[in-house]
Amino acid sequence: MSTLVFFLPFLLMYTVFAVYAERKISAFIQDRYGPMEVGKYGWYQTVADLLKLIQKEDIIPKNANKTLFMLAPIVIFTAIFCGFAILPLTSSWVGSLSQNGVYFLIAIVSLDVVGILMAGWGANSKYSLLGSLRAVAQIISYEIPVTLSVLCVVMISQSLSLQEISYQQSVLINVFPDLESTKNFLFGIKTMAIDVTAWGGFFTWNIFRAPVLIPVAVIYFISTLAESNRAPFDLPEAESELVAGFHTEYSGFRWAIIMLSEYGMMLLVAILGVILFFGSWNTPLPNIGNITLANWTTGQPGTIIGNLWSILWLISKAMLWVMAQMWVRWTYPRLRIDQLMNLSWKYLTPFAIFLIFMSGLWRLLMI
Amino acid sequence: MNWTINMFYFFGLLAVISALGVLFTRNVLYATFFLILSFFSVASIYVLGNASFIGVTQLLIYVGGILILMIFGLMLTTKLSGKVLVTESHNKRMGVILGVVFFSVLSFIIFSANFEVLNKSVEMPKKMIEVIGVDLMSKYLIPFEIAAILLLIALIGAAVISEKRKEIKE
Repeated sequence: MSTLVFFLPFLLMYTVFAVYAERKISAFIQDRYGPMEVGKYGWYQTVADLLKLIQKEDIIPKNANKTLFMLAPIVIFTAIFCGFAILPLTSSWVGSLSQNGVYFLIAIVSLDVVGILMAGWGANSKYSLLGSLRAVAQIISYEIPVTLSVLCVVMISQSLSLQEISYQQSVLINVFPDLESTKNFLFGIKTMAIDVTAWGGFFTWNIFRAPVLIPVAVIYFISTLAESNRAPFDLPEAESELVAGFHTEYSGFRWAIIMLSEYGMMLLVAILGVILFFGSWNTPLPNIGNITLANWTTGQPGTIIGNLWSILWLISKAMLWVMAQMWVRWTYPRLRIDQLMNLSWKYLTPFAIFLIFMSGLWRLLMI
Repeated sequence: MNWTINMFYFFGLLAVISALGVLFTRNVLYATFFLILSFFSVASIYVLGNASFIGVTQLLIYVGGILILMIFGLMLTTKLSGKVLVTESHNKRMGVILGVVFFSVLSFIIFSANFEVLNKSVEMPKKMIEVIGVDLMSKYLIPFEIAAILLLIALIGAAVISEKRKEIKE
């Protein structure tokens, strides 16, 4: 429950800023200014937009299936928001302590497909239906590389609990109940016998503990872009072909909730990616001799300082990840539907399966 | 009555009500949505019964996999044909008789069965997943492998069926 207290307000705030950031980043990439009129430097543009959205009339098409149409945005948002329940925020502030953490996340997030189908079918419009069919086909296909890349991390870290995975990448590794005597070695290779447990910092991040996870992180990044329907995989809402895809007929507050869940999905996969690959709430700064940067910038679990440091690292890394997602959106052209399916089934999935094999081998080096 | 028990009964009730919804709705699409609700409640019952791994698996396989495919198919067929798929009922008398007989036999056997575990307190292992994993890889290895081969066969079969047929040249 406790993390929900944080995530719901944070998600709303983040969406306001993310929409603004997206406009600015797209503008800078295309050599424009972006919003400049409302407030200094266009700061209040999104706030103004939100006010407009809330005031808008909630239009339900006459021939739409009312129940499905009205329920769909709630289903989409609930499915995605459930995923936040198990994310650890700091070294002592965690969500659900379920041992099935990441397994539950994968299962529950895939349910937003139900909502998308409800939206597309319920709206009784060709654009919506086509958009939702595309979205579902895409999400179901790209779930496979996402799941496989998460599985690689699970093979390396031998745990499904996200907090345990976080502690393994920490300078505080021995604080965690089951990891008292675990040691981290450079690149995870035990025979090299370079003990980096006390170094901390980026040396104990998963991509350094097991460099085999670097290509896995790339696969994860690409396929989560498709999962959250972001460009270059935004075919479900390709405006030149489908107007706006499965949310063509939505207006006002319901549309806002669908947008909120899209940005929520971006944040969710960003935080999950940071936890799995880039050291979760751990500092990037290592201990160097007497200058114990890692210990200074992590703090002790349970103290206020420790919580502040770890939440700072987690959120700022996640924000960088979101920025990379936006950067990709405005740099690459959209894929065609057959190219999209090819990429998932013929390239990402086989590579991910191969990398699972490699992660298994790397795990053998680590023990 | 504590909170867990209350939730357990709530989800049990929800499962039964939504299952009845599946039976009594004539529109197939709504029936499928009721089925989702029913599976969801069953997953919650698993979780409340300390079997969270099975609960999540239920979500992943039944709701996330099978039912989404069903909805997908149903939505496409209704949109293409323009008609709402409606179930009809035949053989009502026979169905009622069979149902009552089956229900009474089941309830008789269940109430007369001797469930030993009900009166014992079972100690949960600290890491349930570890136990499941080790058991799958040792005790239940052959069923596990057979299931894997079955899935592989299904995968290959799907690929073969959906392959583009080349025109046979004479």
